[in-house]
Amino acid sequence: MLKWLEKNLPKIVMAPAVGLIGWFVYGFVLWTLYISFTNSKILPKYELWGVGQYVKLWGSRKWLIAVDNLLIFTALFLIFCVVIGIILAIFLDQKIRAEGVLRTIYLYPMALSFIVTGTAWKWILNPTLGIQKMFIDWGFENFTFDWLVNREMAIYTVVIAGVWQSAGFVMALFLAGLRSVEDEIVKAAKIDGANLFTVYWKILLPMMRPVFFTSFVILVHISIKSYDLIVALTQGGPGISTTMPALYMTQTAFHKSQVGLSAASAIMMFMAVAAVIIPYLYSELRRENAR
Amino acid sequence: MQDKLQASYKQLEMKSKYTNMFLRWFLYFALILFALYFIFPLYVMVVTSLKTMEEIRQGTLLTWPSGLNFDSWAVAWGGRGYGAGDTFLRPYFWNSFKMVIPAVFFSTFIGAMTGYVLTKWRFKGDQWVFLFLLFGCFIPFQAILLPMARTLGVLGISNSIIGLVLVHTVYGIPFTTLFFRNYYISVPTELVKAARIDGAGFFKIFFKILLPISAPIIVVTVIWQFTQIWNDFLFGSTFSFGKAAPIQVALNNMVLSSTSVKEYNVDMASAIIAGIPTLIVYVLAGKYFIRGLTSGAVKG
Repeated sequence: MLKWLEKNLPKIVMAPAVGLIGWFVYGFVLWTLYISFTNSKILPKYELWGVGQYVKLWGSRKWLIAVDNLLIFTALFLIFCVVIGIILAIFLDQKIRAEGVLRTIYLYPMALSFIVTGTAWKWILNPTLGIQKMFIDWGFENFTFDWLVNREMAIYTVVIAGVWQSAGFVMALFLAGLRSVEDEIVKAAKIDGANLFTVYWKILLPMMRPVFFTSFVILVHISIKSYDLIVALTQGGPGISTTMPALYMTQTAFHKSQVGLSAASAIMMFMAVAAVIIPYLYSELRRENAR
Repeated sequence: MQDKLQASYKQLEMKSKYTNMFLRWFLYFALILFALYFIFPLYVMVVTSLKTMEEIRQGTLLTWPSGLNFDSWAVAWGGRGYGAGDTFLRPYFWNSFKMVIPAVFFSTFIGAMTGYVLTKWRFKGDQWVFLFLLFGCFIPFQAILLPMARTLGVLGISNSIIGLVLVHTVYGIPFTTLFFRNYYISVPTELVKAARIDGAGFFKIFFKILLPISAPIIVVTVIWQFTQIWNDFLFGSTFSFGKAAPIQVALNNMVLSSTSVKEYNVDMASAIIAGIPTLIVYVLAGKYFIRGLTSGAVKG
């Protein structure tokens, strides 16, 4: 008995982690999956009902708006974060004085919660006393900036706040990537007459492919899960114009008491994340095994 | 050959030194412009929190406050002193600490143990176990929200700090495991093997050999977990309300409460209060914060 215990001690120590994750992650996802095939309203029901909730989901105008917003947000969020992140990383990589201070400034928004970020930007972007008033007081009398309360434009305010929060993170990833490249490669290229632009565009950025890949995965992941920022900045409004899938899910579950429908939307989100993450994990694992 | 290369590189550097003078200026100009963009909201938050509502209406976002007026900070932290409808952050601020400290401790401890087994007591299929745990980093929490709410109800700990500690501990394990596993994998296994031959057991090896060299990764993990849990809103707002709510939920409620005239100065003071603990951690231990960020994302 004692021998067995000694031999299996490592596995026993592992057991809580595996058990907790097995139950609270995999078990719960399966439960949600099952419930999405039932006609549960306030309380979960367990008799199967088929794919009715998914039919209802994809016929719902609000869900379609949410998916639309997710696509717009993800595309712009990705582009701006990556472009700003790369520019900052390359600029900082030029033996800049006070690099540490600048880096700290670019990255501090990552330490704040999305609720804090949303609260701050909501105040800055509000049309009566915010940026609009600032420009008007400066003499631009016809300046209008009412995106926050404009159905068509409100989703872009979420992009503005989101990019502000996460661009520094992409910078940190790329800066780490650039710093890991051997100096000799750059020197050799310079001696061959390549200018700085060519060095980055033709040599260094193509080498950063894994960093691009990682940034892509992380940013898409952030945007699919984005919930707090919407709640703090727009509450999905004006109207339902800035609803996103994560907000749709919680509202359907906890305000509308449509548990089955909400589970279906959660499963759609799960599948979207899995579609991005599984290839990523697979390639990471392969790279590690090849090492 | 080497000398020649060295010389021509020197020459190149000299040349670029003068011709690129303009470029350097542009570079600094752009970097400072970006810095202003990132600083702008923080600046606006701080000056707004120090103004009176009258000053806010008269000036612009950038106007300097007339003096150091901490009234809105006092209101945000301690309320106005009347009974009903007076929401302020102090109790929720401490709620968050009561939630964060145990959750960080438990998740870090479990992650350290799991990372230790996965790297130093390897068994058949351990790679799959790691992958099994790692996937937990990525699941959208919406997919577990409904069963979690029911489970907390069944356990009788919904709307309590204990419930939130459980939730944050569990969903922190994938990250803490990732951190410790990637750190311990670079510790030479020979050390452990030698200790095993000397008769040291599982726990003795952990506490005598691995733990003493784990300080950096413990710092990274604790900072990561602290920031994540402190900043969480989804779990806090779903599983708690009223008195047990953590700070981010309270901040959001305060800002959204439409009972009276909007007081932007109090809102901004509240937002700063909710952000201060993580900002302090970031300023004091930025190096570890960034290491956590990048290795939470990129492995190895």
